[in-house]
Amino acid sequence: MSTTDHSRPGSAGGADEPGQLHGGPDDDYSPAQLAAMDRTELDRLGARYDGVEVLHVEPVAPPGSPLDKKNTRQVTLWFALAALFAVAFVVVYAGSGWFLPTWAWTTGSSTWSALYTPLLGALFGLSMISIGIGLVLYVKKLLPHETAVQDKHDGSHFDRVTTGATLMGGLDNSGLPRRKMLSGVLGVLGLAFGAMLVSLLGGFIKNPNKGNPLGTTPWADGLRLLRDDGTPVRPGDQVAGSLATVFPSVAGGNKAYDAAVILIRLRPEQLTELRIPAGQEDFGYGDYVAYSKICTHAGCPVSLYEQETNRILCPCHQSQFDVTDGAKPVFGPATRPLPQLPITVDDEGYFVARGDFPAPVGPSFWNMGRLG
Amino acid sequence: MATNTVPGPRVGQPTSLAGKAAFEVDDRLIVAGPVRRTLNKVFPDHWSFLLGEIALYSFIVLLLSGTWLTFFYDASMKEVIYDGTYAPLRGIEMSAAYESTLNISFDVRGGLLIRQMHHWAALLFVASIVVHLLRIFFTGAFRRPRETNWFIGVTLLVLAMLEGFAGYTLPDDLLSGGGLRIFSAVFLSIPVIGTWVYFTVFGGDFPGEVIIGRLYILHVLIIPAILLGLIALHLLILVKQKHTQFPGAGRTEHNVVGNRLFPTFAAKATGLLFIVVGLCAALGGLVQINPIWLLGPYNPAQVTAGSQPDWYIGFVDGGARIFPPWEIVLWGYHIPPVFWGALGLPGLMFGALALYPVLERVLTKDTASHHLLQRPRDVPVRTSLGAMAVTAYVVLWISGGNDLIADKFDLSLNAMIWFGRIGFLTLPPIAYWATYRICIGLERHDREVLEHGIETGVIRRLPSGEFIEVHQPLGPVDEHGHGQLAYGGASVPKKMNQVGGARRAIRGFFKPIEEPAEVQRQAEIEARGLESEQASRRELTGSGRPSEGGRPSEGGRPQDPRD
Repeated sequence: MSTTDHSRPGSAGGADEPGQLHGGPDDDYSPAQLAAMDRTELDRLGARYDGVEVLHVEPVAPPGSPLDKKNTRQVTLWFALAALFAVAFVVVYAGSGWFLPTWAWTTGSSTWSALYTPLLGALFGLSMISIGIGLVLYVKKLLPHETAVQDKHDGSHFDRVTTGATLMGGLDNSGLPRRKMLSGVLGVLGLAFGAMLVSLLGGFIKNPNKGNPLGTTPWADGLRLLRDDGTPVRPGDQVAGSLATVFPSVAGGNKAYDAAVILIRLRPEQLTELRIPAGQEDFGYGDYVAYSKICTHAGCPVSLYEQETNRILCPCHQSQFDVTDGAKPVFGPATRPLPQLPITVDDEGYFVARGDFPAPVGPSFWNMGRLG
Repeated sequence: MATNTVPGPRVGQPTSLAGKAAFEVDDRLIVAGPVRRTLNKVFPDHWSFLLGEIALYSFIVLLLSGTWLTFFYDASMKEVIYDGTYAPLRGIEMSAAYESTLNISFDVRGGLLIRQMHHWAALLFVASIVVHLLRIFFTGAFRRPRETNWFIGVTLLVLAMLEGFAGYTLPDDLLSGGGLRIFSAVFLSIPVIGTWVYFTVFGGDFPGEVIIGRLYILHVLIIPAILLGLIALHLLILVKQKHTQFPGAGRTEHNVVGNRLFPTFAAKATGLLFIVVGLCAALGGLVQINPIWLLGPYNPAQVTAGSQPDWYIGFVDGGARIFPPWEIVLWGYHIPPVFWGALGLPGLMFGALALYPVLERVLTKDTASHHLLQRPRDVPVRTSLGAMAVTAYVVLWISGGNDLIADKFDLSLNAMIWFGRIGFLTLPPIAYWATYRICIGLERHDREVLEHGIETGVIRRLPSGEFIEVHQPLGPVDEHGHGQLAYGGASVPKKMNQVGGARRAIRGFFKPIEEPAEVQRQAEIEARGLESEQASRRELTGSGRPSEGGRPSEGGRPQDPRD
C-alpha cells in the first residue's frame, strides 16, 4: 500500500490539483524549454533572475596545453605538500614518546622536547598554509576568470507601504491607542518586569563602606615586620641604602594586597637632607623609614629603588617617589605620597609597627577623604 | 506549464544519482532558489575587502582553540602547592588557575601549541579588526546606509579588547595579576560609584577569591556569545546591503562588479581561512608568547620591570602613564588622574569613533546613500582627521611601552614621558596638516595626468632646440592637446605599463610554454577587456541597471530577485 492510495482515511482531504507550484519563473519556462538549454545557458538564466549578469569570462589555458599542465602540476603539488605536512604532524604528535623521544619537558631539556612544540606548529601551519596557497592558485590558474555584475536594490516603496499598513492595522485592531488604561498598565508592567530582572543583579553588590576596608590594612600596633619567608627584621640586618619588603605578622599578611611595606635604611647623607612631613616626625626609627609598597597611582608594588637620587620608581606607570621627602611623588602620574608606616623596635629588638597607616593605601578613590 | 499529474518519466527530471538526491532534498526543503541566489551573489574583488575576513577567521581559530583549552583549564583561585613537570616552580604556592595553565603548557600533549595559538589568534583578531576599521574609515564605507554596521563594528572592537583582557588574565600569573590590579584601580577611580563598582566586580576587596571564575565565564560564555551574535548580525547586514566597491569602469551606485560566490569567491575565501589558521598555528608553535612559567604566580607585593599588556591594551596603559598628576579634590572627594588617562581617553576615543558617521553626516549635510567608496585623497578632511586620530593613538601606544624604549635605546625615562605628553598634544595637528597637504598634492597630480597625459620618459628635441617630454594622453584631447577625461573617483594610471605599455612576459621557467601569438591575442583581448564587452552591452555612464528590456523570457531581466 502506498501513500498515494487516496482511499485511506486522511488522504482524501482536498483535491489533489497542483496549484501554481512555484509561480514566477516556472510560468516562463516549461521543463521542455529548460531541458533544451545547456548548462551554461541555465547558469546564466538563473543568474539573471538573481540580478546577476556575467560580463566577461577569460578562459583558462586550453586543456592539455603545456601551460595547463604546468598549472595543474603546481596546484597538485601544493595540495600534496599539505597532505605530507599533515601526516608529518600526526607522526610527530603521536609518535613522540612512542618511537620518537618523549616530548615531556625536563630541566635542562633535551633537544627533542624543546623542538616538539615548534615542530608541531610549523607542520600544522605549513599544512594549512599549503592548502590555502593551493586554493588560491586553483582560482588564479585553473578557474576561468569571470567578471559578473549584480544589481543592488534600494528599499522598495511598495514593501514599506504595505508592511506599514499591516503593522498599523494590527495596532488598530488591538485597540491599544484608545484603551488608555490598558496601555498604561502595560507600560507599568514593562517597567516593573525590567526592575524585577535588574534587581537580581543585587546579588553581586558588596558594600565598600562596611568596616572601612579601603581605609585600613592588616597593620596594627605591635605587629612585627616580617620578611616574605616569615623571619622578623632587626635594625642591624640591613646595610645603609638598602630596601627590604616586609609584611605584618598576621596570617596571610604576605598575601594581602595592601599590606606590603618597603623598609628602607637611609644612608647618612640621606639623613641630613631628610624632610619629615608634619605629624609624622616619630614614624621612622633611627635611620629607618617604612612606606607602603603599593603605588598610590594604580596599585602596583613600587619596586625599583635608586638610592643615589633617593627615588622609588613604580615600574607600571613610572611614578617616582622621593624617600627623603615623605615619599612624595616627584614625577609621573601619581598624586599622593606613599603612606608612611609608624615603626619602632620591641623588647626583643625586632621591628614592630606602632599602628596602621595614617592615610588609605593604594590608588585614590572617590570618598577617600571622607572615610569614617 | 509544468504539471506533475502525468505519471511516467517527466521532461527535465534528473537522471544522475547526484541530481536525483538533490531533487529529493529540494522536494522537502525547497532550498534550490535561495541556494542559487547565494551561489550567484557577487563579491567585489579588492584585497582590502579581505581584512574583515581575517578577523572572522581568527575568531574561528579562537573559538576552536579556546574550546580545546577549557577542557584542561581550572578557573579557581584555590591555593595549591605546585608539583608538576616544571621543576623550578615545584613546591611553590599558587592558584589552581595558574597550576592548570602550567599543566596545559607542560603536561598536556600539544597543549602549549594550542595555548600559544590561541594567544596569537587573539592578537591577530584585534589587529585585523583595527585594520579593517581603518579601511572602512578611510574609504568612507561607513556612510549611509552602513552606519549600523559601523556601530556594530566599533562595539565588536571594544568587546574583542575586553575579551582579550579577560583571557590573558586567566592564567593568574604575576604579569596578568599586575594588569588586573591596575584594572581595579581604574574601577576605583570612577567618581561616585567607583568603590561600589570595585567591590561588586571583585566580590569584595582586591583580589578576593572570585575574580578569576567571573572573568572565566565572561571570557568563555558571555562575551563570546555577544561577539558571535554581533558578528552574525554584522554579516547579515552586509549581505543584505551588499558590498561597497571602489569606483571604476562599469561600477555604479546600483551594482556590484566582481566574482560570484561560487566557485571563485568561495575558493579564495576558503584559501584565506586556511592561510589565517596556518599562520596562527605557525606563530603558536614557532614564536613563544606569554611564557607564564617564567613569570611565576601572582603576588600583590611583586612586579616585573618592563611588564607589558597585550598590544591592544597598550594605549590605555600609555594614557595612564603620560597623564599629568592632576587629582581633583573637592570637599574630600577625589577624582584621580588614572580616571582621565585610562578611562577618559579611551572612552573619548571610542565615543568619537562610534559617533563619527553621524558627526560627518551632520557636518557635511550629506545624507544620501553611498555604495561607491571614496579614495582617501578625495576626502582630505576626513583622511586628515583619521591620520590625526591614528597619530594620537600611536603616541599613546608608544607611551605604553616607554620604559622598554627608554631601556633599549638608552634614553631617559622621564624624557620619554615628556615626549608622550607633548607629542600627544602636538603631533596630531602636525599629522593633520601633513596629510591634508599630501591629499591635495595627490588630487592635483591625478588631474594633471588626466589633463596632460602620462609622462613617458621620452625626451624629444624640437627644431627650435627646446626639449620636451612626450606625454601619453589617456583619452581624446582637445585642440590644445589637453585631455577631456573628468576625474571619476577611480585610480588614474600614471605609468605606461598600467595602460599596456609593456606586454606580458611569456610564461615558462626553462623554456617558453606559451605560443607568443596566443599571448599577443590575449593581450589584445585584455586591452579591450571589460570596457569593450560592456560598451557593446550598455553605456558606461548609464545607471548600470540592466533591468530594462522586458521579461527574462524575452531577453530582459526581472526587476527583483524573487523568493
